[in-house]
Amino acid sequence: MIIFDHVTKSYGSNMGIEDVSVRIDKGDFVFLVGPSGAGKSTFIKLILKEIEADKGSIRVNGTELRNLSNREIPKLRRSIGIVFQDFRLLPKKTVRENVAFAMEILHISSRTVRRNVPQVLNLMGISSKMEKYPHELSAGEQQRVAIARAVINNPTVLIADEPTGNLDPDTAWEIMQLLDQINRRGTTIVMVTHAKDIVDRMGKRVIAIDKGKIVRDDRGGAYGVYEEEAALAALLRGGGVFDSHDI
Amino acid sequence: MTFASFFSITAMLLILGLFFIVVVNVNMVAENAKKQFDTIQVYLLEDTSEESVNQMIDKLEGMEQVTKAEYLSKEDALNEFKVKWGDKAYLLDGLSKNPLPNSIRIKLNDIEKAEAVVEKAKTFEGIEDIRYYQSTVDKLIHITDLIKIGASVIIVFLVVISVVVVSNTVKLTVLAREREISIMKYVGATNWFIRGPFLVEGIIIGFFSAGIAVALVAILYKKVLTLFSQDAFLLFSTSMVPEAFLVKNLVVIFMALGISIGAIGSIISMRRFLDT
Ligand SMILES: Nc1ncnc2c1ncn2[C@@H]1O[C@H](COP(=O)(O)OP(=O)(O)OP(=O)(O)O)[C@@H](O)[C@H]1O
Ligand SMILES: [Mg+2]
Repeated sequence: MIIFDHVTKSYGSNMGIEDVSVRIDKGDFVFLVGPSGAGKSTFIKLILKEIEADKGSIRVNGTELRNLSNREIPKLRRSIGIVFQDFRLLPKKTVRENVAFAMEILHISSRTVRRNVPQVLNLMGISSKMEKYPHELSAGEQQRVAIARAVINNPTVLIADEPTGNLDPDTAWEIMQLLDQINRRGTTIVMVTHAKDIVDRMGKRVIAIDKGKIVRDDRGGAYGVYEEEAALAALLRGGGVFDSHDI
Repeated sequence: MTFASFFSITAMLLILGLFFIVVVNVNMVAENAKKQFDTIQVYLLEDTSEESVNQMIDKLEGMEQVTKAEYLSKEDALNEFKVKWGDKAYLLDGLSKNPLPNSIRIKLNDIEKAEAVVEKAKTFEGIEDIRYYQSTVDKLIHITDLIKIGASVIIVFLVVISVVVVSNTVKLTVLAREREISIMKYVGATNWFIRGPFLVEGIIIGFFSAGIAVALVAILYKKVLTLFSQDAFLLFSTSMVPEAFLVKNLVVIFMALGISIGAIGSIISMRRFLDT
């Protein structure tokens, strides 16, 4: 459960988000949409306590983030799975090692790690790529590995910042199926996206942000009025700015 | 990067090793000197009678500053030199005539109190000369203190410099892996978990630097010893610290220093990457 209560975060003169109040319940599937620079990544960074709010209160799974010391941040992040547009796999580790890593930092026994990693990779449909390195995989496959890593420790929340941004429509849709599956097992999902078709087709809750404020919050919503700007953003991003090799 | 850290720690330890050699040897010489110089040597005229010598000894031993006063014949004195010079004693065989006088050797309980005893000895008949070394000892102690303080300051300075150099070189490695570190943090790795590999790397670099530095210093010291054991430097080398002793101490000191510099350097360099 994530609760924002009158949260403001600015970067000097740049407004990140302003006076945002929102509640995301356990098991929700939320799309976070809005034009570029609206404050979506800021919203997510606040949840991870990568940055701190100037004003207001943020609670994640009952913990007030303001009261969380730096030493306790790793614990917070372990209860949250995270997936990025550019996958962020460790380049010198194999698929298996990348996923196992997330368990090893919890000091889980190597027996359990050896048992669970192939299971999760199997669920993600990439068990055949286990011993491959990230650069040997397609973008879709890399994103599956990233999702496997994000969910292996059964997080209560999965956050995805434009997870389909680097994928072709078919692959993107496959990834959405995967996320839907994970959501149905009870994991809360917060996904930032510019992909109108995906939002419309999934029919989940949509929170729209613009200029740092929540302008719309619909259950079973559609992408909405940001179409043009989103199209422009997609165009700007479509040129492979993030190449899977430069991880 | 690894090489740069390795190089700077090794270089630092080498310089440190040179200072260490100087300090321990100066110390050794000073200690030896103090031991040798807590005596007063009263040189006797050739024709002084045994009776008057015994009288002198009795008077001297009656003084509270004197631990012991004993007669040393010139033959015994020469033999002492032969023993002290060891395998170089053959040099003394070339002497056509014993150049040393008979003497009374006075052991003092405190070198600082030499003056009174010397005054007393001066009143005796049949003496040629009185040798004692108070001012020499004072000067020696003063000089060794200065050398020790100077060396300590330089050593601290070197350690600080090398920590800075190491942390800067490690910082470059960390920068190159900044992305990897940020990924680990997103997944929820603790700072110690992330630091671990860098710390181990720092320790290993420190360990090998120390090893190489000890070896180089040992080789150098062996050379110095060989050089000084040539006849010209004979007197000098007999009071130098033996190689084995030096190396044993260097291993302990260098390992401790090298490893802590490597470890501290890497921890410092990561601070700014780990504070969120
Ligand atoms: N570290 C920063 N320093 C200064 N300004 C920042 C920083 N991060 C974000 N901003 C500003 O805050 C505002 C919100 O940024 P944010 O990254 O949250 O947007 P976004 O909705 O994620 O955009 P996009 O869709 O392009 O990723 C923007 O105006 C941005 O320029
Ligand atoms: Mg963003």
